[in-house]
Amino acid sequence: MNAEVRPVIKPATASVGTLAAMLAVFSRDVRVAFRQRQDLLNPLLFFIMVVTLFPLGVSPEVAFLKQSGAGILWVAALLSVLLSLDHLFRHDFDDGTLEQLILQPQPLFLLILAKTAAHWVLTGLPLVLLAPVLGVMVHLDGNSIAILCLTLLIGTPVLSLVGAIGAALTLGLRSAGVLLSLLIIPLYIPVLIFGTGTVAAAAEGAPVAGYVALMGAFLMLAVTLAPFAAAAALRISLSNS
Amino acid sequence: MSEPLLQAVDLECERDARLLFQNLSFSILPGTVTRVEGPNGTGKTTLLRILAGLNDAWSGELLWCGQARHQNRESFLRNTLYIGHRPGIKPLLTPLENLRALMAPRQPVPDQVLLQALAGTGLAGYEHVPCRNLSAGQQRRVALARLLIADEPLWLLDEVFTAIDAAGVQAIEALLQQRAAEGGAVLVTTHHDLDLPGMKRITLGGEVNHER
Repeated sequence: MNAEVRPVIKPATASVGTLAAMLAVFSRDVRVAFRQRQDLLNPLLFFIMVVTLFPLGVSPEVAFLKQSGAGILWVAALLSVLLSLDHLFRHDFDDGTLEQLILQPQPLFLLILAKTAAHWVLTGLPLVLLAPVLGVMVHLDGNSIAILCLTLLIGTPVLSLVGAIGAALTLGLRSAGVLLSLLIIPLYIPVLIFGTGTVAAAAEGAPVAGYVALMGAFLMLAVTLAPFAAAAALRISLSNS
Repeated sequence: MSEPLLQAVDLECERDARLLFQNLSFSILPGTVTRVEGPNGTGKTTLLRILAGLNDAWSGELLWCGQARHQNRESFLRNTLYIGHRPGIKPLLTPLENLRALMAPRQPVPDQVLLQALAGTGLAGYEHVPCRNLSAGQQRRVALARLLIADEPLWLLDEVFTAIDAAGVQAIEALLQQRAAEGGAVLVTTHHDLDLPGMKRITLGGEVNHER
């Protein structure tokens, strides 16, 4: 080598702020979802169908529906979130977006939190907004509907966040759907029990603050811990692919 | 001699109970183009994924700018551009939206620059067409448009010439050479007969792995 000085591209030291990166991830996911609206409607239609089929299949009596309405809505919401989970990382995995996400300089768990937030806004939130209409249909009274919506509002983000762990873990597998359900349903059960329990307590006129506080604790726990677990699971899934 | 950007010491990787490579040591210096070569299934892509930080199933040591890579992760990730087999192009988004989403967490650039980059890869007029309506080569070009604006000193490019036409291949070769002349480092895997002046090679497969 001769002694001439060769130019060197200096490594950049500053990175883009984490918040801006999270926003970019969030807005891309929302944009992609709106380009493929049938995927958005699928869990919603499932939710509506399950709730409308119950009175037809079991009993249309007011007394039965009043008693079991909140439970039906909660179970239907839980299952329709489960239905949409497989898509959370699958498409990104297939087209390589996930590789690029892992290689971004920002902490991965925060980017995944942004992705999960987009998932909730696109699936959980519409369920919460639809719940009052279906609540009226199953003869719930106004107070119960309000409490039901509150529990769904707190509970569905937990479903998305916990579901993200399962979706990340089963990413590289062929029979991911079955395994995902088996992994995730046990973790959903506490949320379901407290969600329906809150509505039942409200219907009996008991104070619900304690229940709601517990659900809030679930949410806090999920927000702080689930993204770490999902990020670790994603690294493993991609490392093996 | 300038300091190596990335240094691999005694790299070893086993996949499905098969040893892909061992005692693999090399350094990637600024201003060089390095080609990873070897027959199918000898671990070219795996090596690139290990270097990019996507694959954790390896032993040995990787140094980024002279420090252990895991201690310096943020700087390493910010300054390494990896484009793989699946380049992260969403079929439902337009080339412009794809590029914007890929660049935003690293190096925010105005749309005008992105449009110029797309035009530079021959995609002028396709900026607002969803990528699923583009051909395989055009989709590949969307990902490669990043090379025209990237400020990362280290590029890891896996099968960069796939689905690209002859004129495009020449343009990329010229781009890689120009990048090296500017002081960037490029590591490519390709089955295309790439032979640039001053190019280094890492040969995988066979009994001995060596650097020439």
